[in-house]
Amino acid sequence: MATTMTHNGTLVEVRGLKKYFPITQGIIIQRKVDDVKAVDGLDFSIQRGETLGLVGESGCGKSTTGRTILQLYRPTEGEVFFEGKDLARLKGEELRRMRRHMQMIFQDPYASLNPRMTVGDIIGEPLEVHNIAKGKEKKEQVQELLQVVGLNPYFVNRYPHEFSGGQRQRIGIARALAVRPDFIVCDEPISALDVSIQAQIINLLEELQEKFHLTYLFIAHDLSVVRHISDRIAVMYLGKIVELTDRTALYQNPLHPYTKALLSAIPIPDPIIEEKRERIILTGDVPSPVHPPSGCRFHTRCPLAIDICKRVDPEFREVGAQHWVACHVV
Amino acid sequence: MGTLLEVKDLRTEFHTQDGVVHAVNGVTFAVDEGETLGLVGESGCGKSVSVLSVMRLIPQPPGKIAGGQVLFQGRDLLTVDDEEIRSVRGNKIAMVFQDPMTSLNPVLTIDTQIGESLELHLGMTKEQARKRSVELLKMVGIPEAEGRIEDYPHQFSGGMRQRVMIAMALSCTPQLLIADEPTTALDVTILAQIIDIVKRLKRELGMAIIWITHDLGVIAGLADRINVMYAGFIIETAPVKEIFGNPLHPYTLGLLGSIPRLDETRKEKLTPIEGLPPDLVTMPTGCPFYDRCRFRTEKCLHENPPLEVSAVRHSVACWNWQDVVKARGRA
Repeated sequence: MATTMTHNGTLVEVRGLKKYFPITQGIIIQRKVDDVKAVDGLDFSIQRGETLGLVGESGCGKSTTGRTILQLYRPTEGEVFFEGKDLARLKGEELRRMRRHMQMIFQDPYASLNPRMTVGDIIGEPLEVHNIAKGKEKKEQVQELLQVVGLNPYFVNRYPHEFSGGQRQRIGIARALAVRPDFIVCDEPISALDVSIQAQIINLLEELQEKFHLTYLFIAHDLSVVRHISDRIAVMYLGKIVELTDRTALYQNPLHPYTKALLSAIPIPDPIIEEKRERIILTGDVPSPVHPPSGCRFHTRCPLAIDICKRVDPEFREVGAQHWVACHVV
Repeated sequence: MGTLLEVKDLRTEFHTQDGVVHAVNGVTFAVDEGETLGLVGESGCGKSVSVLSVMRLIPQPPGKIAGGQVLFQGRDLLTVDDEEIRSVRGNKIAMVFQDPMTSLNPVLTIDTQIGESLELHLGMTKEQARKRSVELLKMVGIPEAEGRIEDYPHQFSGGMRQRVMIAMALSCTPQLLIADEPTTALDVTILAQIIDIVKRLKRELGMAIIWITHDLGVIAGLADRINVMYAGFIIETAPVKEIFGNPLHPYTLGLLGSIPRLDETRKEKLTPIEGLPPDLVTMPTGCPFYDRCRFRTEKCLHENPPLEVSAVRHSVACWNWQDVVKARGRA
């Protein structure tokens, strides 16, 4: 069944994906009292060679989505097809074999590298785990990878603390590339870096995508960065995708009121434009994902909310060519 | 308008095991009454240390204010006694810190924390302070302020805590508000709310603001004038439209080129600044930006350029800024 569902250009297809984290009470006998509904029903696909951007505010479930696709968290419900295979059903050795095709780049370059391992060991580990290379061959490949990400190959025997944030992020990227993956989840790879270093990493990711024909899921909260790097963008709010379209349409013709507010909230580095811009300022904070609002989850902050929004969860539907939105008012 | 704060040749260093870290290396700037000054630069460029030195909040040791003057309303804050500086801090000059999660005391209620400075500086009674605290919370847009005044910080979200911090800073209607990256820890929709509040309060209260940030987008809509800092030096200063429309220092130009803009029309490649900022322990003798600069010449290696006037109200510390202008014209 699985293979027939994905067509030619699709690499990853997500259907009805849900991830709930249980809230338990009690010390010895733990009772489940509720769920944090971090990801609550997602449907989307990622084409081979494209970059899909995933944006949203903290706590909206972007990172959980990335991790659940890679099976670092097992989904509560739903299917994740990777090259036609449902990852959610794979287990043990079979899943482990799949992992070499999909990798992850983490947000915090200070926390995602083992401080007691040398750079050579960090980048070489995936090569050994997946039986790709050993000994001298491994060392050669590691040095080649360092060169690919713009680091000096002689750094193999150094430890992570000897590097700056941007250099550490390059090490993280080299580690992800080591197994020659098809698909990389980039989870806020530049948010911990300084402005001038961010651009270096963005450019590196773009170069690598071209060179190795990579497919990215690029997760970030900064819409200007996501718009720069992505082909298509999905906007998330409280565990759901509210709008999905290509980068130009999202900016020129945003349909969902949340997307509009998000776009208008982002400052543009140009004082003349800033003077003239009208802002849609949302009131209040993002509600708790434990008890999300009834109906449309955005209705508590939405300037356009009408009666139906409180009762009925809007369907995620295609309103234009490749332009998907979940809103009653649109 | 008169000058409110004047910082002259301020030098701050930290004595560590690795040697002396030259965090601020002779910084000179002024803030006029009612003006918003943006202090822009990357981490470690000395933005925070400069303003902490102004408030004399540098931990000594290891820190040391090695020289310079900080004239606030004509008095040098670096030489006044401890009691006097305490009467200025939180009263005439107030500060909003970067991290709203850690800069409030977790074991005190909000009204105790806001009321503290009201009782101390304005001699209010507990009752008066409480009433004023509620007003302040309303002013920064906290709903149901009366009911929330006795809450603890953990009962507020990040954006709400940042509002509480702003309310605290505004409690004594300061003449100068120093905001040290107050929006970095916040989400964009919350950031828009906070910026909106600050703009409104600035109009209503007419205070001067020093806004520290690494985000050029935030500062574009907020500041009157911008100081760009690099490795403990101010390398360019100009009115906000000049900085964005006519950047003269290669570093400023580089910063503007390395951020993706939401309104970009087609996918263009970013032009990052290659390399890393210099080590502040072993400072180069020449221009601190030499290693990363596209416009460097022999002179830059040996002599550090001073901040010199290039146009009306526009100063830049670069030997070759005219080359930058030419290169920009070609691009």
